Amino acid sequence: MRETLIAVITLVVAPLIGGLLFGIDRKITARMQRRVGPPILQPFYDILKLIGKDRIVTNKAQLIWAYGYLFFVMASLIMLFLGQDLLMLVFVLAFGGISFILGGFSTKSPYSHIGANREIMQMVSYEPVLILMAVGVYLVNGSFIIKDIFTKTPLLVNLWPIFIAVLVILTIKMRKSPFDISTSHHAHQEIVKGITTEYSGPYLALIELTHWYELILVLGLISLFWATPLWIGILIALGSFILELFVDNISARMYYAWMVKFTWGIGLTLCVINIVWLLLVKQGVI
Amino acid sequence: MGLVHKSRIKSPWIVHFDCSSCNGCDIEVLACLTPVYDVERFGIVNMGNPKHADVLVVTGAVNRRTARVLKKVYDQMASPKMVIAIGACACSGGVFHNCYNVQGGVDTVVPVDVYVPGCAARPEAIIDGVVLALNKLAGAAPKEVASS
Repeated sequence: MRETLIAVITLVVAPLIGGLLFGIDRKITARMQRRVGPPILQPFYDILKLIGKDRIVTNKAQLIWAYGYLFFVMASLIMLFLGQDLLMLVFVLAFGGISFILGGFSTKSPYSHIGANREIMQMVSYEPVLILMAVGVYLVNGSFIIKDIFTKTPLLVNLWPIFIAVLVILTIKMRKSPFDISTSHHAHQEIVKGITTEYSGPYLALIELTHWYELILVLGLISLFWATPLWIGILIALGSFILELFVDNISARMYYAWMVKFTWGIGLTLCVINIVWLLLVKQGVI
Repeated sequence: MGLVHKSRIKSPWIVHFDCSSCNGCDIEVLACLTPVYDVERFGIVNMGNPKHADVLVVTGAVNRRTARVLKKVYDQMASPKMVIAIGACACSGGVFHNCYNVQGGVDTVVPVDVYVPGCAARPEAIIDGVVLALNKLAGAAPKEVASS
Protein backbone atom coordinates (compact mmCIF):
# COMPACT_ATOMS: atom_id res chain seq x y z
CA MET A 1 0.00 0.00 0.00
CA ARG A 2 2.77 2.38 1.01
CA GLU A 3 4.66 1.58 -2.20
CA THR A 4 1.60 2.31 -4.35
CA LEU A 5 1.24 5.65 -2.58
CA ILE A 6 4.89 6.51 -3.24
CA ALA A 7 4.50 5.54 -6.91
CA VAL A 8 1.39 7.72 -7.34
CA ILE A 9 3.00 10.70 -5.60
CA THR A 10 6.10 10.28 -7.80
CA LEU A 11 4.06 10.26 -10.98
CA VAL A 12 2.11 13.39 -9.96
CA VAL A 13 4.87 15.49 -8.40
CA ALA A 14 7.78 14.66 -10.74
CA PRO A 15 6.37 16.42 -13.85
CA LEU A 16 5.46 19.49 -11.76
CA ILE A 17 9.05 19.82 -10.54
CA GLY A 18 10.43 18.91 -13.97
CA GLY A 19 8.31 21.54 -15.73
CA LEU A 20 9.28 24.15 -13.15
CA LEU A 21 12.98 23.32 -13.62
CA PHE A 22 12.64 23.74 -17.38
CA GLY A 23 10.89 27.08 -16.80
CA ILE A 24 13.77 28.20 -14.58
CA ASP A 25 16.14 26.93 -17.27
CA ARG A 26 14.49 29.13 -19.92
CA LYS A 27 14.49 32.15 -17.61
CA ILE A 28 18.17 31.77 -16.64
CA THR A 29 19.18 31.14 -20.26
CA ALA A 30 17.34 34.31 -21.29
CA ARG A 31 19.04 36.32 -18.55
CA MET A 32 22.44 34.99 -19.66
CA GLN A 33 21.64 36.29 -23.15
CA ARG A 34 20.51 39.66 -21.68
CA ARG A 35 16.86 39.03 -22.48
CA VAL A 36 13.85 39.23 -20.18
CA GLY A 37 12.74 35.69 -20.91
CA PRO A 38 9.39 33.92 -20.63
CA PRO A 39 7.54 33.45 -17.31
CA ILE A 40 8.73 30.53 -15.19
CA LEU A 41 5.43 28.70 -15.77
CA GLN A 42 5.93 28.86 -19.57
CA PRO A 43 6.54 25.07 -20.03
CA PHE A 44 3.11 24.42 -18.44
CA TYR A 45 1.43 26.93 -20.77
CA ASP A 46 3.15 25.24 -23.71
CA ILE A 47 2.06 21.74 -22.73
CA LEU A 48 -1.55 22.79 -21.95
CA LYS A 49 -1.77 24.55 -25.29
CA LEU A 50 -0.42 21.46 -27.08
CA ILE A 51 -3.01 19.28 -25.33
CA GLY A 52 -5.78 21.57 -26.63
CA LYS A 53 -4.69 21.29 -30.25
CA ASP A 54 -6.01 19.03 -33.00
CA ARG A 55 -4.85 15.41 -33.07
CA ILE A 56 -2.90 14.74 -36.25
CA VAL A 57 -1.28 11.33 -36.49
CA THR A 58 0.84 9.99 -39.34
CA ASN A 59 0.41 6.37 -38.24
CA LYS A 60 -0.68 4.39 -35.20
CA ALA A 61 2.68 2.69 -34.60
CA GLN A 62 4.19 6.09 -33.87
CA LEU A 63 1.64 6.63 -31.09
CA ILE A 64 2.34 3.28 -29.50
CA TRP A 65 6.06 4.07 -29.41
CA ALA A 66 5.37 7.51 -27.91
CA TYR A 67 3.26 5.95 -25.15
CA GLY A 68 5.94 3.27 -24.72
CA TYR A 69 8.57 5.95 -24.20
CA LEU A 70 6.42 7.61 -21.52
CA PHE A 71 5.57 4.28 -19.85
CA PHE A 72 9.14 2.98 -19.60
CA VAL A 73 10.54 6.27 -18.31
CA MET A 74 7.72 6.40 -15.71
CA ALA A 75 8.51 2.81 -14.75
CA SER A 76 12.21 3.53 -14.23
CA LEU A 77 11.36 6.66 -12.22
CA ILE A 78 9.10 4.61 -9.93
CA MET A 79 11.89 2.05 -9.57
CA LEU A 80 14.23 4.83 -8.49
CA PHE A 81 11.83 6.23 -5.89
CA LEU A 82 10.95 2.80 -4.52
CA GLY A 83 14.67 2.08 -4.14
CA GLN A 84 14.80 -0.98 -6.37
CA ASP A 85 17.47 -2.50 -8.59
CA LEU A 86 19.77 0.09 -10.20
CA LEU A 87 20.91 -2.19 -13.04
CA MET A 88 17.30 -3.06 -13.90
CA LEU A 89 16.45 0.66 -13.88
CA VAL A 90 19.15 1.31 -16.48
CA PHE A 91 17.76 -1.46 -18.71
CA VAL A 92 14.14 -0.24 -18.38
CA LEU A 93 15.32 3.27 -19.26
CA ALA A 94 17.05 1.81 -22.33
CA PHE A 95 13.69 0.32 -23.41
CA GLY A 96 12.23 3.82 -23.17
CA GLY A 97 14.99 5.24 -25.35
CA ILE A 98 14.51 2.47 -27.91
CA SER A 99 10.76 3.19 -28.03
CA PHE A 100 11.47 6.83 -28.79
CA ILE A 101 13.89 5.86 -31.57
CA LEU A 102 11.43 3.40 -33.13
CA GLY A 103 8.78 6.14 -32.96
CA GLY A 104 11.13 8.32 -34.99
CA PHE A 105 11.75 5.55 -37.51
CA SER A 106 8.07 4.64 -37.89
CA THR A 107 7.36 7.73 -40.03
CA LYS A 108 8.48 8.47 -43.55
CA SER A 109 9.95 11.90 -42.84
CA PRO A 110 13.71 12.02 -43.58
CA TYR A 111 14.18 14.59 -40.80
CA SER A 112 12.64 12.21 -38.31
CA HIS A 113 14.99 9.47 -39.56
CA ILE A 114 18.07 11.67 -39.22
CA GLY A 115 16.94 12.57 -35.70
CA ALA A 116 16.36 8.91 -34.82
CA ASN A 117 19.80 7.96 -36.17
CA ARG A 118 21.39 10.63 -34.02
CA GLU A 119 19.33 9.49 -31.02
CA ILE A 120 20.86 6.04 -31.50
CA MET A 121 24.33 7.59 -31.38
CA GLN A 122 23.31 9.35 -28.17
CA MET A 123 22.23 6.04 -26.64
CA VAL A 124 25.50 4.48 -27.77
CA SER A 125 27.23 7.29 -25.90
CA TYR A 126 25.35 7.23 -22.60
CA GLU A 127 24.30 3.61 -22.06
CA PRO A 128 27.81 2.22 -21.27
CA VAL A 129 28.41 4.98 -18.73
CA LEU A 130 25.09 4.29 -16.96
CA ILE A 131 25.81 0.55 -16.84
CA LEU A 132 29.33 1.14 -15.51
CA MET A 133 27.82 3.46 -12.92
CA ALA A 134 25.64 0.57 -11.73
CA VAL A 135 28.75 -1.67 -11.69
CA GLY A 136 30.62 0.93 -9.63
CA VAL A 137 27.76 1.14 -7.13
CA TYR A 138 27.83 -2.67 -6.89
CA LEU A 139 31.57 -2.71 -6.20
CA VAL A 140 31.21 -0.13 -3.42
CA ASN A 141 28.02 -1.40 -1.77
CA GLY A 142 27.97 -5.07 -2.72
CA SER A 143 24.47 -4.82 -4.19
CA PHE A 144 22.56 -3.14 -7.00
CA ILE A 145 19.62 -2.27 -4.75
CA ILE A 146 19.14 1.49 -4.46
CA LYS A 147 17.76 1.24 -0.90
CA ASP A 148 21.16 0.00 0.29
CA ILE A 149 22.82 3.20 -0.94
CA PHE A 150 20.97 5.13 1.77
CA THR A 151 22.53 3.11 4.57
CA LYS A 152 26.19 3.38 3.52
CA THR A 153 28.74 6.20 3.28
CA PRO A 154 28.18 8.63 0.35
CA LEU A 155 29.10 7.18 -3.03
CA LEU A 156 30.84 10.35 -4.15
CA VAL A 157 33.85 9.53 -1.94
CA ASN A 158 34.71 6.44 -3.94
CA LEU A 159 32.96 7.11 -7.23
CA TRP A 160 33.83 10.72 -8.10
CA PRO A 161 35.30 9.87 -11.55
CA ILE A 162 32.03 8.09 -12.45
CA PHE A 163 30.13 11.14 -11.10
CA ILE A 164 31.93 13.36 -13.63
CA ALA A 165 30.98 10.92 -16.41
CA VAL A 166 27.33 10.99 -15.25
CA LEU A 167 27.36 14.82 -15.43
CA VAL A 168 28.13 14.47 -19.16
CA ILE A 169 25.17 12.07 -19.43
CA LEU A 170 22.97 14.75 -17.84
CA THR A 171 23.83 17.09 -20.73
CA ILE A 172 22.89 14.43 -23.27
CA LYS A 173 19.65 13.57 -21.48
CA MET A 174 18.62 17.21 -21.09
CA ARG A 175 19.29 17.68 -24.83
CA LYS A 176 21.57 20.63 -24.21
CA SER A 177 24.56 21.94 -26.16
CA PRO A 178 27.05 20.57 -27.11
CA PHE A 179 25.01 17.34 -27.32
CA ASP A 180 21.60 18.58 -28.54
CA ILE A 181 21.93 16.82 -31.87
CA SER A 182 18.83 14.61 -32.21
CA THR A 183 16.33 17.28 -31.19
CA SER A 184 16.85 20.61 -29.51
CA HIS A 185 15.01 23.30 -27.61
CA HIS A 186 17.00 26.06 -29.24
CA ALA A 187 17.70 25.16 -32.86
CA HIS A 188 14.15 24.53 -34.03
CA GLN A 189 15.09 25.17 -37.64
CA GLU A 190 17.84 22.57 -37.80
CA ILE A 191 16.61 19.24 -39.19
CA VAL A 192 13.11 20.58 -38.42
CA LYS A 193 13.37 19.47 -34.77
CA GLY A 194 14.75 16.06 -35.66
CA ILE A 195 13.19 13.03 -34.04
CA THR A 196 10.04 14.91 -32.92
CA THR A 197 9.29 16.29 -36.41
CA GLU A 198 6.21 14.15 -36.97
CA TYR A 199 4.68 14.55 -33.52
CA SER A 200 2.15 17.34 -33.17
CA GLY A 201 -0.42 18.61 -30.69
CA PRO A 202 -1.16 16.32 -27.73
CA TYR A 203 1.46 13.79 -28.81
CA LEU A 204 4.20 16.41 -28.75
CA ALA A 205 2.94 17.25 -25.26
CA LEU A 206 3.39 13.56 -24.40
CA ILE A 207 7.02 13.65 -25.55
CA GLU A 208 7.60 16.87 -23.60
CA LEU A 209 6.06 15.33 -20.46
CA THR A 210 8.36 12.31 -20.82
CA HIS A 211 11.26 14.71 -21.12
CA TRP A 212 10.32 16.22 -17.73
CA TYR A 213 10.17 12.77 -16.14
CA GLU A 214 13.56 11.98 -17.66
CA LEU A 215 15.10 15.13 -16.19
CA ILE A 216 13.87 14.20 -12.71
CA LEU A 217 15.16 10.65 -13.21
CA VAL A 218 18.68 11.75 -14.16
CA LEU A 219 18.78 14.38 -11.38
CA GLY A 220 17.61 11.63 -9.00
CA LEU A 221 20.45 9.37 -10.14
CA ILE A 222 22.90 12.23 -9.52
CA SER A 223 21.51 12.87 -6.03
CA LEU A 224 22.13 9.18 -5.21
CA PHE A 225 25.83 10.04 -5.13
CA TRP A 226 25.31 11.69 -1.75
CA ALA A 227 22.35 9.82 -0.30
CA THR A 228 23.19 10.21 3.41
CA PRO A 229 21.87 12.81 4.16
CA LEU A 230 19.78 13.15 1.03
CA TRP A 231 19.45 16.95 1.07
CA ILE A 232 23.14 17.29 0.20
CA GLY A 233 22.52 14.97 -2.76
CA ILE A 234 19.57 17.09 -3.90
CA LEU A 235 21.71 20.23 -3.61
CA ILE A 236 24.42 18.52 -5.70
CA ALA A 237 21.78 17.61 -8.31
CA LEU A 238 20.47 21.20 -8.45
CA GLY A 239 24.04 22.50 -8.64
CA SER A 240 24.80 20.25 -11.59
CA PHE A 241 21.54 21.41 -13.22
CA ILE A 242 22.72 25.05 -12.98
CA LEU A 243 26.19 24.03 -14.22
CA GLU A 244 24.47 22.41 -17.20
CA LEU A 245 22.82 25.73 -18.09
CA PHE A 246 26.23 27.41 -18.15
CA VAL A 247 27.65 24.63 -20.33
CA ASP A 248 24.63 24.95 -22.63
CA ASN A 249 25.12 28.68 -23.10
CA ILE A 250 28.88 28.72 -23.59
CA SER A 251 29.22 25.81 -26.01
CA ALA A 252 28.24 25.21 -29.61
CA ARG A 253 26.47 22.15 -30.99
CA MET A 254 28.94 19.42 -31.94
CA TYR A 255 29.04 16.73 -34.57
CA TYR A 256 27.68 13.34 -33.43
CA ALA A 257 31.01 11.51 -33.96
CA TRP A 258 32.64 14.05 -31.63
CA MET A 259 30.02 13.23 -29.00
CA VAL A 260 30.79 9.50 -29.18
CA LYS A 261 34.53 10.20 -29.07
CA PHE A 262 34.10 12.49 -26.08
CA THR A 263 31.81 10.26 -24.01
CA TRP A 264 33.74 7.11 -24.78
CA GLY A 265 37.18 8.72 -24.64
CA ILE A 266 36.74 10.69 -21.43
CA GLY A 267 33.54 9.34 -19.82
CA LEU A 268 34.22 5.64 -20.28
CA THR A 269 37.92 6.06 -19.40
CA LEU A 270 36.97 7.74 -16.12
CA CYS A 271 34.52 4.92 -15.37
CA VAL A 272 37.03 2.16 -16.18
CA ILE A 273 39.82 3.80 -14.15
CA ASN A 274 37.42 4.13 -11.22
CA ILE A 275 36.32 0.50 -11.42
CA VAL A 276 39.88 -0.84 -11.80
CA TRP A 277 40.93 1.26 -8.81
CA LEU A 278 38.01 -0.08 -6.73
CA LEU A 279 38.97 -3.65 -7.68
CA LEU A 280 42.63 -3.05 -6.77
CA VAL A 281 41.57 -1.64 -3.39
CA LYS A 282 39.36 -4.68 -2.86
CA GLN A 283 42.21 -7.06 -3.70
CA GLY A 284 44.41 -5.24 -1.22
CA VAL A 285 46.97 -4.20 -3.86
CA ILE A 286 46.76 -0.51 -2.96
CA MET B 1 -11.94 31.06 -19.82
CA GLY B 2 -10.51 27.58 -19.53
CA LEU B 3 -6.94 26.69 -18.65
CA VAL B 4 -6.18 25.41 -22.14
CA HIS B 5 -7.66 28.54 -23.69
CA LYS B 6 -5.55 30.76 -21.44
CA SER B 7 -2.40 28.80 -22.29
CA ARG B 8 -3.15 29.15 -26.00
CA ILE B 9 -2.76 32.93 -25.69
CA LYS B 10 0.37 32.61 -23.59
CA SER B 11 2.30 30.34 -25.91
CA PRO B 12 2.01 31.09 -29.63
CA TRP B 13 4.68 29.21 -31.54
CA ILE B 14 5.34 30.70 -34.95
CA VAL B 15 6.51 29.22 -38.21
CA HIS B 16 7.90 31.73 -40.66
CA PHE B 17 7.32 31.17 -44.37
CA ASP B 18 8.95 33.32 -47.06
CA CYS B 19 6.80 33.30 -50.20
CA SER B 20 8.85 35.51 -52.50
CA SER B 21 9.95 38.26 -50.20
CA CYS B 22 12.86 40.62 -50.89
CA ASN B 23 14.13 39.56 -47.38
CA GLY B 24 13.38 42.98 -45.94
CA CYS B 25 10.42 41.73 -43.91
CA ASP B 26 12.22 38.45 -43.13
CA ILE B 27 15.01 40.36 -41.44
CA GLU B 28 12.45 42.34 -39.44
CA VAL B 29 10.70 39.11 -38.36
CA LEU B 30 14.01 37.67 -37.20
CA ALA B 31 14.83 40.98 -35.46
CA CYS B 32 11.81 40.35 -33.21
CA LEU B 33 13.54 37.26 -31.88
CA THR B 34 16.74 39.09 -30.90
CA PRO B 35 17.46 40.31 -27.35
CA VAL B 36 16.38 43.87 -28.29
CA TYR B 37 12.71 42.93 -28.85
CA ASP B 38 12.80 39.47 -27.19
CA VAL B 39 9.39 38.09 -28.13
CA GLU B 40 10.12 34.97 -26.04
CA ARG B 41 8.91 36.96 -23.04
CA PHE B 42 5.39 36.49 -24.46
CA GLY B 43 6.09 32.80 -24.98
CA ILE B 44 6.60 33.27 -28.73
CA VAL B 45 9.08 30.76 -30.14
CA ASN B 46 10.20 30.41 -33.75
CA MET B 47 9.58 26.72 -34.48
CA GLY B 48 10.51 26.11 -38.11
CA ASN B 49 8.15 23.13 -38.16
CA PRO B 50 4.52 23.69 -39.25
CA LYS B 51 3.39 20.59 -37.32
CA HIS B 52 4.41 22.21 -34.03
CA ALA B 53 3.41 25.81 -34.77
CA ASP B 54 0.25 27.81 -34.02
CA VAL B 55 0.88 30.98 -36.00
CA LEU B 56 1.94 31.05 -39.65
CA VAL B 57 3.87 34.22 -40.40
CA VAL B 58 4.06 34.88 -44.14
CA THR B 59 6.21 37.47 -45.88
CA GLY B 60 6.28 38.39 -49.56
CA ALA B 61 3.80 38.21 -52.42
CA VAL B 62 2.48 34.81 -53.46
CA ASN B 63 3.70 33.67 -56.87
CA ARG B 64 2.56 30.62 -58.79
CA ARG B 65 5.43 28.51 -57.47
CA THR B 66 5.08 29.29 -53.78
CA ALA B 67 1.25 29.16 -53.72
CA ARG B 68 1.07 25.37 -53.44
CA VAL B 69 3.92 25.26 -50.90
CA LEU B 70 2.12 27.84 -48.75
CA LYS B 71 -1.07 25.77 -48.97
CA LYS B 72 0.85 22.66 -47.93
CA VAL B 73 2.49 24.38 -44.95
CA TYR B 74 -0.91 25.73 -43.86
CA ASP B 75 -2.54 22.30 -44.15
CA GLN B 76 0.18 20.66 -42.06
CA MET B 77 -0.52 22.91 -39.08
CA ALA B 78 -2.85 21.61 -36.38
CA SER B 79 -5.91 23.72 -35.46
CA PRO B 80 -6.42 26.20 -33.88
CA LYS B 81 -4.10 28.14 -36.15
CA MET B 82 -3.61 31.76 -37.18
CA VAL B 83 -2.11 33.38 -40.27
CA ILE B 84 -0.36 36.75 -40.17
CA ALA B 85 0.59 38.46 -43.44
CA ILE B 86 3.62 40.69 -42.89
CA GLY B 87 4.50 43.57 -45.18
CA ALA B 88 2.80 45.26 -48.11
CA CYS B 89 3.58 42.38 -50.51
CA ALA B 90 2.03 39.73 -48.28
CA CYS B 91 -1.04 41.91 -47.71
CA SER B 92 -1.84 42.73 -51.31
CA GLY B 93 1.02 41.87 -53.63
CA GLY B 94 2.62 45.28 -53.07
CA VAL B 95 4.80 46.66 -55.84
CA PHE B 96 4.80 43.24 -57.48
CA HIS B 97 0.97 43.05 -57.71
CA ASN B 98 0.87 43.17 -61.54
CA CYS B 99 3.91 40.98 -62.30
CA TYR B 100 3.16 38.11 -64.67
CA ASN B 101 4.10 35.44 -62.09
CA VAL B 102 2.47 36.99 -59.01
CA GLN B 103 -0.95 35.85 -57.78
CA GLY B 104 -1.36 38.61 -55.21
CA GLY B 105 -1.50 38.68 -51.42
CA VAL B 106 -1.43 35.72 -49.05
CA ASP B 107 -5.24 35.83 -48.80
CA THR B 108 -5.51 34.48 -52.34
CA VAL B 109 -4.32 31.09 -51.00
CA VAL B 110 -5.04 30.81 -47.26
CA PRO B 111 -7.38 32.75 -44.91
CA VAL B 112 -5.47 35.60 -43.26
CA ASP B 113 -6.29 36.73 -39.71
CA VAL B 114 -4.08 39.79 -39.35
CA TYR B 115 -2.51 42.09 -41.93
CA VAL B 116 0.64 43.96 -40.89
CA PRO B 117 1.35 46.72 -43.42
CA GLY B 118 4.71 48.36 -44.06
CA CYS B 119 7.65 48.11 -46.41
CA ALA B 120 9.41 46.69 -44.58
CA ALA B 121 7.12 46.16 -41.56
CA ARG B 122 8.80 47.35 -38.36
CA PRO B 123 9.39 44.83 -35.54
CA GLU B 124 7.06 46.86 -33.31
CA ALA B 125 4.32 46.54 -35.93
CA ILE B 126 4.94 42.80 -36.19
CA ILE B 127 4.69 42.32 -32.42
CA ASP B 128 1.51 44.42 -32.51
CA GLY B 129 0.16 42.12 -35.23
CA VAL B 130 0.88 39.01 -33.17
CA VAL B 131 -0.87 40.59 -30.18
CA LEU B 132 -3.89 41.36 -32.39
CA ALA B 133 -3.93 37.75 -33.57
CA LEU B 134 -3.80 36.51 -29.97
CA ASN B 135 -6.68 38.75 -29.00
CA LYS B 136 -8.64 37.36 -31.90
CA LEU B 137 -7.84 33.90 -30.58
CA ALA B 138 -9.07 35.01 -27.15
CA GLY B 139 -12.37 36.06 -28.71
CA ALA B 140 -12.17 39.86 -28.41
CA ALA B 141 -13.29 42.04 -31.30
CA PRO B 142 -10.35 43.70 -33.12
CA LYS B 143 -11.86 47.15 -32.65
CA GLU B 144 -11.85 46.91 -28.86
CA VAL B 145 -8.20 45.90 -28.96
CA ALA B 146 -7.23 48.78 -31.23
CA SER B 147 -8.89 51.35 -28.99
CA SER B 148 -7.58 49.93 -25.70
